[in-house]
Amino acid sequence: MATRRTFPGRISLRRGRFTPVDVVVTFAVLALLYGALRLGKSMTVTFTPGRSRVPLPTGLSHLPYYAARSLLRMFIALFASTVFTFVYGTAAARLRRGEKILVPLLDILQSVPILGFLTFTVVFFVNLFHGSLLGLECASIFSVFTSQAWNMTFSFYHSLVSQPRELDEVARLYRLTKWQRFWKLDVPGSMIGLVWNAMMSMGGGWFFLTASEAISINGKQTYLPGIGSYIGVAINQGSISKVGIAIAAMVVIVVGVNVVFFRPLVAWAEKFRMEDSDVSEKPRSSVLDFLRRSQLPRALGHGLAPLGRALDRATRPFGLAEYPLAEDVRRRRRGDVVFWAIVVAIVGWGAWEGLSYLDHRVGFGVLWYAAGLGAITFARVAVVVAISTVIWVPIGVKIGMDPRLARYAQPVVQILASFPSNLLFPFAVIVFIAIGLPLNFGSIILMAIGAQWYILFNSIAGAIAIPNDLREMSLNMRLTRSQRWRKVILPAIFPAYVTGGVTAAGGAWNASIVAEVAVWGSHHLQATGLGAYIANAAYAGGPRGSAKVLAGVVVMSLFVVAVNRIFWRRLYHLAETRYSL
Amino acid sequence: MTTEQTIIEVSDVTKAFTSPDGSPLRVLDGISFELHEGEIVALLGRSGSGKSTLLRCIAGLIAPSSGSVSYRGTVLNGANPGVAMVFQSFALLPWLTVRQNVELGLEARAVPPRERRRRAEQAIDRIGLDGFESAYPKELSGGMRQRVGFARALVVEPDALLMDEPFSALDVLTAQNLRTELLRLWAGHDFPTKAVLIVTHNIEEAVTLADRIFVLGSNPGRIRSEIQVPLAQPRDRNEARFQELVDEIYAIMTGPDQRVPSHVVGTSTSVAERTPVESPLPEVTVGGMSGLIEILAGRGGREDLPNLAHLLSFEVDDLLPLLDAAQMLGFAVVHSADIELTDEGRRFNAADIDMAKQLFASQARERAPLVRAIVGALSSSPDGTLSERFFLDLLRRGFSEEEARTQLDIAIDWGRYGELFEYDVNTAQLTLEIPLVDEDGEPRAPAAGSVAT
Repeated sequence: MATRRTFPGRISLRRGRFTPVDVVVTFAVLALLYGALRLGKSMTVTFTPGRSRVPLPTGLSHLPYYAARSLLRMFIALFASTVFTFVYGTAAARLRRGEKILVPLLDILQSVPILGFLTFTVVFFVNLFHGSLLGLECASIFSVFTSQAWNMTFSFYHSLVSQPRELDEVARLYRLTKWQRFWKLDVPGSMIGLVWNAMMSMGGGWFFLTASEAISINGKQTYLPGIGSYIGVAINQGSISKVGIAIAAMVVIVVGVNVVFFRPLVAWAEKFRMEDSDVSEKPRSSVLDFLRRSQLPRALGHGLAPLGRALDRATRPFGLAEYPLAEDVRRRRRGDVVFWAIVVAIVGWGAWEGLSYLDHRVGFGVLWYAAGLGAITFARVAVVVAISTVIWVPIGVKIGMDPRLARYAQPVVQILASFPSNLLFPFAVIVFIAIGLPLNFGSIILMAIGAQWYILFNSIAGAIAIPNDLREMSLNMRLTRSQRWRKVILPAIFPAYVTGGVTAAGGAWNASIVAEVAVWGSHHLQATGLGAYIANAAYAGGPRGSAKVLAGVVVMSLFVVAVNRIFWRRLYHLAETRYSL
Repeated sequence: MTTEQTIIEVSDVTKAFTSPDGSPLRVLDGISFELHEGEIVALLGRSGSGKSTLLRCIAGLIAPSSGSVSYRGTVLNGANPGVAMVFQSFALLPWLTVRQNVELGLEARAVPPRERRRRAEQAIDRIGLDGFESAYPKELSGGMRQRVGFARALVVEPDALLMDEPFSALDVLTAQNLRTELLRLWAGHDFPTKAVLIVTHNIEEAVTLADRIFVLGSNPGRIRSEIQVPLAQPRDRNEARFQELVDEIYAIMTGPDQRVPSHVVGTSTSVAERTPVESPLPEVTVGGMSGLIEILAGRGGREDLPNLAHLLSFEVDDLLPLLDAAQMLGFAVVHSADIELTDEGRRFNAADIDMAKQLFASQARERAPLVRAIVGALSSSPDGTLSERFFLDLLRRGFSEEEARTQLDIAIDWGRYGELFEYDVNTAQLTLEIPLVDEDGEPRAPAAGSVAT
């Protein structure tokens, strides 16, 4: 049998040739590496907080550079999120004791309004990298990271705990090492969810990136070179043309990242689908097709193989992906007691420290005050969700029921959803100023600019998923318009709608921190609400400011968690039990 | 057989899972046997006999609650180092090619790449996967995928090959083809494995492959009988001795050891005494059982079980619950390996839909313990309504959470068909059906005990 393979086949002959495709890909890779290195160097220039930096030059020619800097931050954050996901998700899924702490913690982290924490993280990182701009860079990257990491981690954790039992048995019975199991089973098995969540996270990340590039430290505004700061400066100058140009640049970036990075990734991840049956419409990407025509990836893989083998050997001492069947129950109990004692001690100490910090600086009264403001912001969030529902659900259904329309509309809406809404705020604010609309109402519109797309997007997805049989039935039965909506469409899209609603509400809460305070040139608009409270406290800085930020963030988190538990979780349950198709 | 030749020793293995209210639920009870070099052993049982659980204890994937499994004299405390397993669902990694899947176990054992490739090629050739090395499992048919499963197992040259229903996800012809191939490899001199242990619910498969068959009983799983198969390979399923063995095993599996005795027709006292836990409802729909009765009636009311299974191309797991249901309701009786319709069964088959429902209702109320218990409880509730929780809590004394749910669902299906009680999924309540009155004033729902046996 083996004699048949002594001469090379056609495929292996072709492998050696270097095609024009390879030249293009090689240049692209080299350019990318060079750019990243150059940009990376400029991240570490010196910087002293307090001494105000020269405002960014806002010449048009600088824009590509800013865009590249912003992009680099995004990808560093994405990388950090991925590493965090692997470590945290694995720990949560594989450590019996870890799971009990890490999963609820993740649930809380997910509900915290990240933007509010910017004040703390900036101070922390600036002190960490004293005298270098790297501190600010890290703070900005960290805020993007916190907007990306949680749902990626949840997705990974969920894939790990719902792994098919047989595959787990294969890994143990065929004696894979921990390292091998991770790369051969755990990561590939969760790849599709991970890629989709990374794509969604990236969308949300732009919002936080643009919001975090222009940061105030102790009442002084500092700007990191980036597209978000560019807009910040343009807003302060009141230059509508510069804002417009920046938005155009942002559209190019968002679409570009989607085409060059995420579409190929999603199409590539298809090979990790577990189900045997092929999906009818596979995601395709011409960029991926192009890359696949190149020999470079294979050559690279070949070149890196010895490294892979070395890692495989080096990680062998960590042992097999196995655990003893019999465990000493007494020892385990003793371990549990020690573990929980430590956890309770840490949590207790943290709570005590936090409370005494608040009490010392501003008194407990701020909590009640913040709660009152929280109720106002909560009302705004509710209005945003309600109005978005009334407007976008019918439109979404219309689009989703028309397959041709849906094919074009879906990617567009996805890009709209990932476009950082705060870039559009200036236009709205100009209108508010012109017609004299107070920000107390205007902020609802600002919050809705970003949040509404989740409801539209999910309504479309829900309507697409309505089985053809049901549509034909409703025609065949000659249902009236209202019967069709009440009996078929609304129940069918309900599960998707709930997902959209909870995401939109979360987005609106986060947006409130940047939407309840608005600046345009010399105009300063203010709304009453928890978002404005946090934003003002962060701007004021100082010990009292920080304490107020803490109080505001804690109260907002409690609001989000409470509404999720009381309202959205019940709808989820209803959706799963009654309305799942 | 001397002890040196023993590969795996299972001694007094018991496996219990903890039920929600804390009491242990036994799935395996006191199982002991040995696997020796040079033999193929089959563990034969229907669903609920815990045969897959037993196989996983032997593979060292789960721990027995008591008793032990030893490999070559060493008690297992982790995955069994001397076995490889072939799975019902193939369990291939879909993102690896055929070759990469086959190399998996070698890679784990740190076999150098060149050697790994050579051995994988060899296994792939031997199992007839030539030319498919760089295909992904998704591109292959079920039979070819299971070949990959075999190649992956054999390439690590395990001492014993464990197989968990390896052919039951395949169509009849492909399964037959693979079985023959396995036997051909087994007969060859260079087969790398010294013993095979196969779990199956297919009687003919067990008789075709095995040298010894352990028939497992259900709830909890235990060894009911050990059968030697003295036939020479290759075996002919039309041979008289082969058929005798199949009949014998059918008789054992449908025999009186079941929790639904086969000889209860007419002895209504013993029926009335049984509780829902002692005598669980078989997992069948009313439609499925009616179909069986119709077919039986069409064949003169009596049929040999292996024939019936062949006729319907059913396997034991499909057929036995139907038999149980027909017996429980008194529509049929099983003698050794034959099934025969009773008078009720004939009447049920001949009846129109309303009459059939009445007949079914009265039989179910009298003979299906859970249905009887539900009707009884609902009748004594003032408004004829009770929450499903009430029944689930009762059932969980003898069943796992999941089984309790299944039992209640079957009872609801039967109760609805017989118009005995209603179930509202929103309120999760069961309500006694109020007997409707026909146009001519006759009550539609039958009174208890109206059908004589």
